[in-house]
Amino acid sequence: MEGKLNVPTMAEFFAAGKQPEVLFWVGCAGSFDDRAKKITKAFVKILNKANVSFAVLGTEESCSGDPAKRAGNEFLFQMQAVTNIEVMNAYEIKKVVTACPHCFNTLKNEYPGLGGDYEVVHHTQFLKQLLNEGRISMEGGQFKGRRITFHDPCYLGRANGVYEAPRELIQKLDAELVEMKNCKQKGLCCGAGGAQMFKEPEKGDKDVNIERTEQALDVQPEIIAAACPFCNTMMTDGVKNKEQENSVAVMDIAEMIATAADL
Amino acid sequence: MEYLPNVLFAIVLCAGIGFFAKNISRLRRNILLGKDVDVSDNTSQRWRNMAKIALGQTKMVVRPIAGLLHIIVYVGFIIINIEVVEIIIDGLLGTHRIFAALGVVYDVLIATFEILAGLVIVAVVVFWIRRNIIRIQRFVKPEMKGWPKADGNLILYIELVLMTLFLTMNGADYHLQQVGADHYVQAGSFPISQYIAPLFDGVSTATVIAIERTAWWLHIVGILFFLNYLYYSKHLHILLAFPNTYYGKLTALGQFKNLEAVTKEVKLMMDPSADPFAAPPEGEDDTPEKFGTSDVVDLSWVQLLNAYTCTECGRCTSECPANQTGKKLSPRKIMMDTRDRLEEVGKNIEKNKGAFVDDGKQLLGDYISHEELWACTSCNACVQACPVSIDPLSIIMDMRQYLVMEQSAAPSDLNNMMGNIENNGAPWPFNQMDRLNWAEEH
Repeated sequence: MEGKLNVPTMAEFFAAGKQPEVLFWVGCAGSFDDRAKKITKAFVKILNKANVSFAVLGTEESCSGDPAKRAGNEFLFQMQAVTNIEVMNAYEIKKVVTACPHCFNTLKNEYPGLGGDYEVVHHTQFLKQLLNEGRISMEGGQFKGRRITFHDPCYLGRANGVYEAPRELIQKLDAELVEMKNCKQKGLCCGAGGAQMFKEPEKGDKDVNIERTEQALDVQPEIIAAACPFCNTMMTDGVKNKEQENSVAVMDIAEMIATAADL
Repeated sequence: MEYLPNVLFAIVLCAGIGFFAKNISRLRRNILLGKDVDVSDNTSQRWRNMAKIALGQTKMVVRPIAGLLHIIVYVGFIIINIEVVEIIIDGLLGTHRIFAALGVVYDVLIATFEILAGLVIVAVVVFWIRRNIIRIQRFVKPEMKGWPKADGNLILYIELVLMTLFLTMNGADYHLQQVGADHYVQAGSFPISQYIAPLFDGVSTATVIAIERTAWWLHIVGILFFLNYLYYSKHLHILLAFPNTYYGKLTALGQFKNLEAVTKEVKLMMDPSADPFAAPPEGEDDTPEKFGTSDVVDLSWVQLLNAYTCTECGRCTSECPANQTGKKLSPRKIMMDTRDRLEEVGKNIEKNKGAFVDDGKQLLGDYISHEELWACTSCNACVQACPVSIDPLSIIMDMRQYLVMEQSAAPSDLNNMMGNIENNGAPWPFNQMDRLNWAEEH
């Protein structure tokens, strides 16, 4: 089942004088982090299966600048943004999909002011579109009836009001969706946002990801569904800390869909 | 001598309103110390937000118990203030219950005021119990010690006293109407104070009149006192919630503003034809703009308005993931510190005849510590939680900008991360050329 992935680049499309339907913005985590790369590949498998005409920037992609901006380095952020915008505008990009809510937020909200106007969607929104248009079909498979809780990424949920697309996808898998004490607008952060991913936390009683993992484990899920590579890392670490990694899995929604379809 | 009460009333009223006007102009001056920001866009959306969030209390009811009780006090205060109009006219003209001519309408009005006053008393008592007996966590955080705690309780006491005076005044009036005292017209319906009226049975009419007059005077003087207490308390939200929700953030919560001064420099750097040694055009200021915020005057006036609007309810802090896990950061404290520092700057300006004289202090460091700022996950829970559209996150981010761009004072881990982005376009030390390797891996 492990066929070769078909991952065309924008450069290849450009050389052939063609435009893909959508640019898949992979992001740094999706490109380099071993756990997040699995999400990237799962998403590409779905795109391949659905025959979606997409491309990646590959080596022409660079950090969106989100962690720099949230850390206070506006200068570095804008340097990154302007560089990326130059590349994307040269390719006349119209639509962008990404599996990282941080890239999603930055490209969608903060690039337009610097000359980068694109229709930016999160991969859960994109998958929902594909489903609505009948380009993919979803069956529960091994997720049928499984107890799944969804952790809202701050930069997808509160920051951009996307709460339903990921939930609808989980429900399409015939899974039993259970909500945590804090969900949707009141969702609790995993602890990675605002550049916290890249530093040690400040002194306190406990780490944020432990608090959030406890909330998730309280509803006794078999799977904690994530939609952000950083949340995924934080929740995975939390589950390990609670020594529950053998009974509770942390999975991205794209991975669940790809697994259900046996891709 | 006959007009003495009228004259006295006019003097008290003018003093009360005059002093209030003085404080409002002080408030305005302090808020305008902030940087200018363009908020002239989307006026219809802004009015809608104000109507929904401030007038309609939509975000208060997210927490149903506190929300419902707050609506009672809010509606009570607005409606009962119609009575104040009558009191002012009576006070100035020497009439008594001048609106009594409204007949049945007047009965309904007074009955409504009374029921609301009763409900306000109940709500205020419950609020006091929540703060002092149940000690709900968000009311006993470290930043609530001392004056903020006393302030919160004092406001409840004032409200309780005002409502009690109002009902006492009505009860005495009702008794006087029944015994047919001169000057006390038969008017109004008293669903609550009818139970107070019998307390005056057997008391001489002159004494009851004295009680009624005293309650009437204390009530109006109390209202004027409360009006002037606002500026010195956390309670300005009853006025500022309206402009604050009007000027609140309209974009997606995740959208942080792009610094224009930086954009200019970045564009210049990216422009191959730009001459880096060119002198700025005549008349243009070439001193580099300060990046970020180290003191209140670096903030925008909307952020300063935010600080005065905060009523220290602590919903932001109770939703903050950093605070929940025992870190020092409290978004409410960010707002309280901003206000305290702004007050200090304002007093400094007054003392020095209109010009600020450096006092060797600033918001960053003297009020808000680095540790608090770096604990933020920028998750927007505080912004979402605020019932009056305050944005503590924007202040945190502005101060991070100052720390990083003006002082290079980021935690070393973050410096490594930023170094990586600068060198190889990713927050980790991976080679840019390896970005697509995942596509070949199985």
